[in-house]
Amino acid sequence: MTILTAENITAGYTTEVNILTDVNIRLESGQIVSVIGPNGAGKSTLLKSIFGILKPVKGKIRLKNEDITGLKPNNVAQKGISYVPQVDNVFPSLTIQENLEMGAFIRDDDFSRRLNEIYELFPVLGERKKQKAGHLSGGQRQMVAMGRALMVDPTVLLLDEPSAGLAPNLVEMIFEKIISINKTGVSMIIVEQNAREALKMADYGYVLAMGRNVLDDTGDSLLANEEVGRLYLGG
Amino acid sequence: MEIGGIIAYLVSLAIMAGIYAVFALGLNIQWGYTGLFNIGIAGFFCIGAYTSAMVTTPMPTGIYAQYVHQLFGLDFPFVFGLLGAALVCGIVALLIGIPTLRLGEDYLAIATLGIAETFRLIFNNETWLANGPRGLMGLPQPLHNLVQPQNYNYIYLIIVLLIVVIIYLLIERAIRSPWGRVLRAIREDEVSASMSGKDIFNFKMQSLIFGAMVMGIGGALYAHYTKAISPSVFTPLYGTFIIWVMLMAGGSGNNKGAILGAYVIWGIWIGTTFLTDFLPYTLKARAPYIRFLIIGVLLEFILLYRPQGLLGEEKKVSKLIE
Amino acid sequence: MIELTVYGIVFGSIISLGAIGLTLVFGIIRFANFAHGDLMSSGAYVALFMVTSALAWIGIPDTNFGMLSFGWRMLIAFPVAMFAVAAIAIALDRILYRKLRAKKSHAVIMAMSSLGAAFILRMLILIFWGADSLFYRPGMLRPAIEFPLNIKIRPDQILILIVVFSLVVLLHLYLQKTKMGKAMRATADNMELALVSGIDTERVIMMTWGLGGGLAAAGGILYGIDVQLHPYMGWNFLIPLFAATILGTVGNIYGALVGGLVIGIAQQVSTAFLMPTYKPAVAFILMILILLFRPKGIFGGKE
Repeated sequence: MTILTAENITAGYTTEVNILTDVNIRLESGQIVSVIGPNGAGKSTLLKSIFGILKPVKGKIRLKNEDITGLKPNNVAQKGISYVPQVDNVFPSLTIQENLEMGAFIRDDDFSRRLNEIYELFPVLGERKKQKAGHLSGGQRQMVAMGRALMVDPTVLLLDEPSAGLAPNLVEMIFEKIISINKTGVSMIIVEQNAREALKMADYGYVLAMGRNVLDDTGDSLLANEEVGRLYLGG
Repeated sequence: MEIGGIIAYLVSLAIMAGIYAVFALGLNIQWGYTGLFNIGIAGFFCIGAYTSAMVTTPMPTGIYAQYVHQLFGLDFPFVFGLLGAALVCGIVALLIGIPTLRLGEDYLAIATLGIAETFRLIFNNETWLANGPRGLMGLPQPLHNLVQPQNYNYIYLIIVLLIVVIIYLLIERAIRSPWGRVLRAIREDEVSASMSGKDIFNFKMQSLIFGAMVMGIGGALYAHYTKAISPSVFTPLYGTFIIWVMLMAGGSGNNKGAILGAYVIWGIWIGTTFLTDFLPYTLKARAPYIRFLIIGVLLEFILLYRPQGLLGEEKKVSKLIE
Repeated sequence: MIELTVYGIVFGSIISLGAIGLTLVFGIIRFANFAHGDLMSSGAYVALFMVTSALAWIGIPDTNFGMLSFGWRMLIAFPVAMFAVAAIAIALDRILYRKLRAKKSHAVIMAMSSLGAAFILRMLILIFWGADSLFYRPGMLRPAIEFPLNIKIRPDQILILIVVFSLVVLLHLYLQKTKMGKAMRATADNMELALVSGIDTERVIMMTWGLGGGLAAAGGILYGIDVQLHPYMGWNFLIPLFAATILGTVGNIYGALVGGLVIGIAQQVSTAFLMPTYKPAVAFILMILILLFRPKGIFGGKE
C-alpha cells in the first residue's frame, strides 16, 4: 500500500529560485526509501517540503491519499509523520529524558511504555538519562534525535543525513538501528550522502540531481548499476 | 480670532514642525539609510541646544555670575552656534559609537537610551555646566533687530526653512553617492564579502556622526526659537519618541518623507489640542497624556498596517519595512 | 555601607523579578521588550486600584499585618494584579507583536512597537492617576528593625526578599517539572526544532508573556510597597533591567537573578560617592563595561 507520495513538487526557499523542480517520490508501507544524489541536489529541501517546513510552489504531498500539502509542521506531526533534521536536532540544554519527553508533546496519553521502548532500542541513552543533550557525542546525539522523533509512534519517519559527521563505526551502528526501527513497522524516507550504505538498506531508491529526478529503481538494482556507481557512489 | 492671529499661529507651528523636520532628517540618515536604532535622540537634542546656547551667550559677569553658571560663554554669532552644536554632537556621536556600534541593534538602542538619560541627569545635576535645572535663558535670536518683536517669527521661519532645504540637499547628495549606496547595503545585510568588519564599522560610524550633527543643528534651532532651555525640555516623549513617529509616518528611507512626517505629525499633535477641548473639566489636566496616547496608538497603527509610511522608501523596497 | 548593601539586595531582588521576565521573553522570542518596565508599573497601579478602590468597595478591611505596611487587601490584590498584567502582556502580544511576527517583521520594528506600547501604558497610568507620586499606605511610619552586625532592614523589605525568593523557586519548579515549562526551555533552545517536534510554539509564546508579565507586576508592586508609585517608575527601571539581563547573560534566568542583585547593590553602594540621582547612570556604565569586556555576560554564551 502506498503510504506517502510527493507529486510533481517544485519548491524553493525564495520566490526567485526553485531548488526542486517536478520531483516525484513514492513510499510504500513498511519500506525504506533512500534518496541520494550530489550536494545541492535538493534532498533536504524535499524532506522539508514533505514535513511542512517549506511550502511547495507546485505539487502535492499525500499521506495515505490525504492531501497534506502546506500543512504546518506540528499538524503534519499529528498526522503521524516525524522528521529528524540534519543539524541542530536536539535541545542542548535539556536532558536526554527531557528531549524524548518533548517528542511526546502532542501525545496526551501515558507514554512511559513508549519511553522504555526507546531506551531498549538505544541502551546508551538509558544509561545517561539525566545528561544534557548538548554534552553528548555526535553518535549519541543522533540517537536522541531519532528517539525524539519516534516518541509519537510515527507511521512515517523522515531522516535527513543520519550518518553526517559520524565516525565509520558509528555510521554502521546508526544504520543498524535504522533497520531495527524499520522492522517495527515504521516506513522511512532517508536522505543520505553515504549513498552506498543508503542503497544497501533501501527497498527502493531515488537519485536526485540539480533538483530533479534522475533515476529510480530498487536498492539492489541501483547498487548494481554501473553508471550510478560511477557517478554517485564514488566508483 | 482675526486673520493676523491665525497666520502668526500657523507660522509658529511651521517653525516647530520645521525644527522637528531637521531631527527627522538626521534620524533618517541613521535609521532610514543605515538601520541604526537610535532611541537617544533626546541626548543629541539636549547637547546641540546647550552647545549653541553657550557658544552664543557671554559668560555671566558681575551679579549675574552668582545666579547663572555655565561652562563657557563665547558670545559668538548665531551661525557659530549652529556649527558648534553640530561639531560637539558629532564628537559625542563618535565617542558613543566606539563602544556601541559593534553591538547588535537592540543593544545599540538601549545604549543610546542610556546615554540620553545620563546626559539629562548630568545637565540637571551639575550646575557648573549649564545652570542645572534652571537652565539657560535669554538666548539670542539672529537678525532680531531687523523687525519688530511681534513679527520676528517670520524671519525665524525663513531661517528654519532655509536650513531644512540646505540639509535636505546635502543629504540627498550624500545618499546618491557611492557612500550612500554602501550604507544601504549595510542596512539590508547585503554587504559584499570584500568588506571587512572594520569597514562596516567605519561606515556606520560616519552615518551616526552625520545624523548626530544634523540633530545638533535641530537642537540649536530649538534653543534660539524658544530662547530658554532646561533639562526638563528634553524628555523621551518630546525629544525622541515623537521624532520616531514622524519618520515612520512620513516614510523612513525617504528624506521628503521625513519632512512630510514632521509636518503631518506635528499637525496631528496640535490638532489633538482641539479634540481635548471637548473633554470634561475634570480630565482637562490630563489632556497632554490623552494626546500622547493618541500619538502612541497612531505609531502602532503605522507599524502594523503601513510601516512604509506615507511616502514609502525611495527607489527599491526595503526588506526591513516590507 | 552595610546598610547600603542590604538595601541594594532588596532593590536588586525587585530588579531581578523584572530582569527574569525580560530574559525569558528575549530567550524564547528573541526580542528586546522596551515595555517591560511599564509592565512593572502597570502591576503596581493595578494593585493600587484594588487596594484603594475595588477592594474597599466590597468591604475588605485594611488593617495591616503586624509590622508590615499592608493587610488583606494587598494580599488579595497582589496575585490579582499579577494575573491582570499577565493578561495585558498576552494581549499586547496578540494585538501587536504576533501580527508583526507573522509578517516576519525585523526585530527593530518589533522593538519599536514595544517602545510604543511602553508609552501607551504610561500614558494610561498618567491619565487615570496623574503625575504625582502615590503610596499604598500614605503617611505610615515604617521603622527598620535592627539586627546584629549593624544590619537594619524594614519588615516590608524582609518580606520582599521572601516573596522574590519564593517566586524564583516556583518558576524554577515550573520550568523543570511541568510539560509546558520544559516546552518553554526547548523552544528557547531551538524554536524550529520545537515546531518540528510538534510543540505548540504559539502557546509557549503566550505562556512566556504571561509569566514575564506576572513577574514584572510582582516587582512593580513590591517596589511600590517599599518606596512609592510614580508614573515614570517603569521607564526608570528600563536601564537597570537591561543592565541586569545583559550582565546575567541574555536568556539565562538565574543569571538575571544574579544580575539584578549586582545592579541593585552597585546602584546603592554608588550613593556613597555619587548623588543618588545618578543611580541609573551607574547601571548604565556597568552595562557598557560588560558589553565591552564580556558581552556574553557572566554566564558565558548560551550552550
